[in-house]
Amino acid sequence: MDQPTNKRFGMVIDLDKCTGCGACMVACMAENNVPFREDDTDKLLSIAWMRVYRLKNGKSFPQAEECFLPRPCQHCEGHHGHSPCVSVCPATATDYDMQTGIVSQVPTRCFGCRYCMAACPYHVRQFNWWDPIWPDGMERSLNPDVSVRMRGIVEKCSFCYHRYQRALDEAYAEGRRDLKEHEYQTACTQACPAGAITFGDLNNPAHTVHKLAQPDTAHEGKSRNPKAFRLLERLGTNTKVYYLSSREWVRRAGDSALRKS
Amino acid sequence: MDSALIPKGVKRCPIGQFAVFIAVVGAVLLWGVVAMLLCYIKGLNQTNMNNAYGFALWIWADLAVIALGGGAFFTGLLRYIIGKDELKNIINYAVLIGFVCYSSALLILAIDVGQPLRAWFIFWHANVHSMLTEVAFCLTCYFGVLAIEYVPLVLENRQIDKVPFFHNLGHNMHGIMAVFAATGAFLSFFHQGSLGGVTGVLFGRPFGYRTGLLIWPWTFFLYTWSAAAVGPCFTIFITRITEMVTRKKLVKDNVIDLLAKIAGWMLLTYIVAKIIDTWYWAAVTAPSMGLTLMDFYSNNPGSAYGIWILIAEVVICGVLPALMLVSAGVRRSPALLFLAVTLAVIGACLNRWVMVLQTQAVPVLNFEGWFTYFPSWQEVATTILPVAYGIIMIALSYRYLPIFPQEQELNPIEGGK
Repeated sequence: MDQPTNKRFGMVIDLDKCTGCGACMVACMAENNVPFREDDTDKLLSIAWMRVYRLKNGKSFPQAEECFLPRPCQHCEGHHGHSPCVSVCPATATDYDMQTGIVSQVPTRCFGCRYCMAACPYHVRQFNWWDPIWPDGMERSLNPDVSVRMRGIVEKCSFCYHRYQRALDEAYAEGRRDLKEHEYQTACTQACPAGAITFGDLNNPAHTVHKLAQPDTAHEGKSRNPKAFRLLERLGTNTKVYYLSSREWVRRAGDSALRKS
Repeated sequence: MDSALIPKGVKRCPIGQFAVFIAVVGAVLLWGVVAMLLCYIKGLNQTNMNNAYGFALWIWADLAVIALGGGAFFTGLLRYIIGKDELKNIINYAVLIGFVCYSSALLILAIDVGQPLRAWFIFWHANVHSMLTEVAFCLTCYFGVLAIEYVPLVLENRQIDKVPFFHNLGHNMHGIMAVFAATGAFLSFFHQGSLGGVTGVLFGRPFGYRTGLLIWPWTFFLYTWSAAAVGPCFTIFITRITEMVTRKKLVKDNVIDLLAKIAGWMLLTYIVAKIIDTWYWAAVTAPSMGLTLMDFYSNNPGSAYGIWILIAEVVICGVLPALMLVSAGVRRSPALLFLAVTLAVIGACLNRWVMVLQTQAVPVLNFEGWFTYFPSWQEVATTILPVAYGIIMIALSYRYLPIFPQEQELNPIEGGK
């Protein structure tokens, strides 16, 4: 059997479709055993691998507009896998997988120095300030494919990597070495009622994400789609999460250069 | 009561007075220990850090004490390698201060990590691309060097020195100290530099990010240079404070003057490099990331990070003390000299503060605002803990070890031996 070529799993989020319902956040928390506290109102202390931001255009009625922006880990590739967080981790607790393009996090390896948090401009890396405490009986509903994290370590979105492993296992059992597009999908993608999130292999022209994102590999994945943008593209993070919006002010919100405009 | 342990020919305060002093400082130390235990037992939720402020007071304290402790390696380099012989009269104290600073940094780091029991992973699963790995290796090795440099001093205690083995060991260690001084300078170059690289490599954080030479951002070299400049200033600063507390002159003026003069020229060259670096960052690096200089210094709560902080660091605590220290007239005035070294010390601390804290505070995503942080009492107490520890270490060393070779000559005891 032929070895499959390297993949670059990525996501396209259509902000014109996102209603800000938060189903992606809930699905992510349930899928990945993300801990929460009784009072989780301080969002700088709580953990959410997927967080929905509320953007405003700063104008008053009737020009006032809002937009909801879901933000998972951007799975930065940087230059040749030199993503901001991976290169700084002193204990190799996070890794850039050249075969999938996924930035992993190894909870049992992390010793909680938080250097990766300082490195990430998207604040996708969050710290377990407390040990997780599950409401009575909830332990039984935890996902057995995802290890529960302890106090004192960093965690983040993994693009539901365990689902990729499970899908690969099933494909191998059937004698295949490659996956079909629908076989590996993240929890947030499947939960989105508006169909705003699309997930797949950015390297595969047959995949919807490739068609939507239209990544230009000669220019570090910059999109050829005029509606598409990536967050903080100028920093050279070379992310794999693309956003679509027909509104210019939303597209500008992703660019660090346009702070004052 | 403890007179048999006190070096010959010098006078020390009564043991009762000394015990009270140690008890008072010890109470502060105990307060820090309680806070440390709370952090260990309950976790880092005892701090006011958060997901936007993963690095905060402790990392600043680490960077600051390591910069200030740079006096040990640089004075050692000047004394043993370059051959500035007069500095033998202050090298002991520089080593002691360095030892205190580095052990404090290691202690704070041990509290700062979320899983202290896994701290050894940094050595076992080392990622050689990480600046923090380089810091951990060089810092640990250099702490070993400092311990080796401090041991001969301990062996000079009157009672220990009576044991022939220890006497000979101390004598032989003195003989090969140049090797350790060279090793210390080599290691310090890399760990001081890699501390500069900690924020310098963060290309996702435009405030801290710097371009550089090969794999090293410019901050790598700036941190080493500033530590070499400010470390001796801190040695002079602490020496002067010790002289005030003991009400004795402990080091001759020509020794202080030489060290201050060298520190002054180091500081002047550093601050020129720092200004060039700041200009290049503001004019080229930050704009290439879509930001202007004032984006980093405006619209933040209470103007905590207004442009004043850059002026304070570079001009008031950089250019000014540098010009003061290179002036022979200023160096001759004890008050002005003290002011100059104090400003230089504040400047280095301010530099480390902005590089750690402001880097976290500045919003990078367009739709986020400035992040604010104020340390919890547990963070403050654990940061003061090493200060109390340092005072006790210095007090014990001063009382029982011949730290200052010129003390006897400068403070003859009437009719004494």
